[in-house]
Amino acid sequence: MKRNWPAGASALVWLVLVVGPLYFMVAASLRGRADYLTSSPLKPPSDPTLDNYRTVLGGGFGGYLFNNVVVTAATVAIVVLLGVPAAYAVARSRSKLVQRGFTLLLAGLAIPAQATIIPVYLLITRLNLYDSLTAIILPTAAFALPVATLVLTNSLRDVPKELYEAQTIDGASAFGVLRYLVLPLARPAIVTVVVYTALNAWNGFLFPLVLTQSESSRVLTLGLWNFQGQFGTNVPALLAAVTLSVMPIFVVYLIGRRYLLSGLTAGFGK
Amino acid sequence: MHQRPSFWYAAPAFAFFALFAALPMVLVVVLSFTSWDGLGTPQPNGVDNWARLADDGQAYDAVGRTAILMVVSWLVQTPIALLIGVWAAGRQRSRAVLSSIFFLPLLLSTAAIALLWQVMLDPNFGVLQSLGGPLGDVQFLGNPSIVLYTVAFVITWQYVPFHTLLYQGAARAIPKTLYEAATIDGAGRVRQFFHITLPQLRYTIITSSILMIVGSLTTFDTVLILTNGGPGTASRIAPLHMYITGFSGFEMGYASTMAVLLVVVGTGLSLLVMRVTGFRSMTSQQEGA
Repeated sequence: MKRNWPAGASALVWLVLVVGPLYFMVAASLRGRADYLTSSPLKPPSDPTLDNYRTVLGGGFGGYLFNNVVVTAATVAIVVLLGVPAAYAVARSRSKLVQRGFTLLLAGLAIPAQATIIPVYLLITRLNLYDSLTAIILPTAAFALPVATLVLTNSLRDVPKELYEAQTIDGASAFGVLRYLVLPLARPAIVTVVVYTALNAWNGFLFPLVLTQSESSRVLTLGLWNFQGQFGTNVPALLAAVTLSVMPIFVVYLIGRRYLLSGLTAGFGK
Repeated sequence: MHQRPSFWYAAPAFAFFALFAALPMVLVVVLSFTSWDGLGTPQPNGVDNWARLADDGQAYDAVGRTAILMVVSWLVQTPIALLIGVWAAGRQRSRAVLSSIFFLPLLLSTAAIALLWQVMLDPNFGVLQSLGGPLGDVQFLGNPSIVLYTVAFVITWQYVPFHTLLYQGAARAIPKTLYEAATIDGAGRVRQFFHITLPQLRYTIITSSILMIVGSLTTFDTVLILTNGGPGTASRIAPLHMYITGFSGFEMGYASTMAVLLVVVGTGLSLLVMRVTGFRSMTSQQEGA
């Protein structure tokens, strides 16, 4: 194979830049406070301890984690339940209305969520949903729908039309086709959509920031930010919280890297 | 003749999107012509907000900072992501292992990344401080003339893996025969990179650039956590200025005006990039190939 020195060298520098901070994060989260302040950040912890993790778990982390799971699961459920039938209709329906709706949906790809936080706040307060998990779920799902529908539609358009026709000759209804043909064939695309939506919901910061307030509806990202104030100079505890927040996604990465990466570039890959 | 899905299969998705994403986009334009403190009812005030924005020195400064951030992070991210992406496209085992490490920052939320870097760059207990050396004395977050570059660096750290992923996928799709032919013609690696790889990646370079441009126009969570716009207002970029105006200053109408401006500028720049680069004609070429 060909060698590529400039790229190889940049790759090596980048490796150090990526691994260094992550190593520091995990190592510091295992140090006592005194050890953190006195020893070199690059040395392994002299006396590793899980105390910081205990502090974090005793400091409300469990509740934030639970909220995060609820928000992520509900967002994914909405996006898949609405997105799959919509993509099926876009790929197969001859209705002008469907194609127009799809065009509108695709225009949504260009709307940055940041620009809409004020009207979304207005909407959510008028619906009496402010400071609830539902408040986070609804706009998060809505902003994931364009990419999700696009990815699903593309995969369904790749299905040879003979397959659809064979089904309907056998007397299947549109719903039957959805159930027995579309769902199995779209499975890889659905996995991509689930990963994309779940990552967005899991790591979301903007909508929780402007739509929730109290401890009981706090999600992980806001919880981390809150820990920063709460723990003050207890950096090891803060980093333990950061490490814990990454763990679930890290586990997914270890199990299904391919799916995770396809979800990350959903809509922008080839 | 066969059964096709009706409009009603798509209606729920369209309605949901219309209510929680499209309607807010319309509302933000409406709100930009009102005065609203976030509690009562928005009061129409004509073009007051727009007139005020045209005259607002703070807003101009914030837009200027955003422009710097946009240019710097594009200039830094693009060559890095391009080089590493092309490199990671190789099928060697070592490259596969290393790339899986490169992508790790993708797993962290913006909040986690901003907090991690804030801790590391802390002027008193930061990592560079403890390691000593010339970088130990630099006030990365405390010096007004450095802080924007620090923000650009952290954004680079966060997003280069994503763009690397785009380039990796695109580089893998370049037909091998192009390189084989070039090798037969005696073209070296460097010439191959500039005459085959780069032109073949044009489409991806544009996509990636537009994402970076819109990204740096709208991102503010990183800055909110990392510096909260400080020191002073040295890193108060436009979207953060909008957020603070709306949610701390309770001038939601005026903040909406800034939001509209950001969308207009973002869309305008994206279209400009497409026009200048001939994005449209290129897609058709790709399809033909």
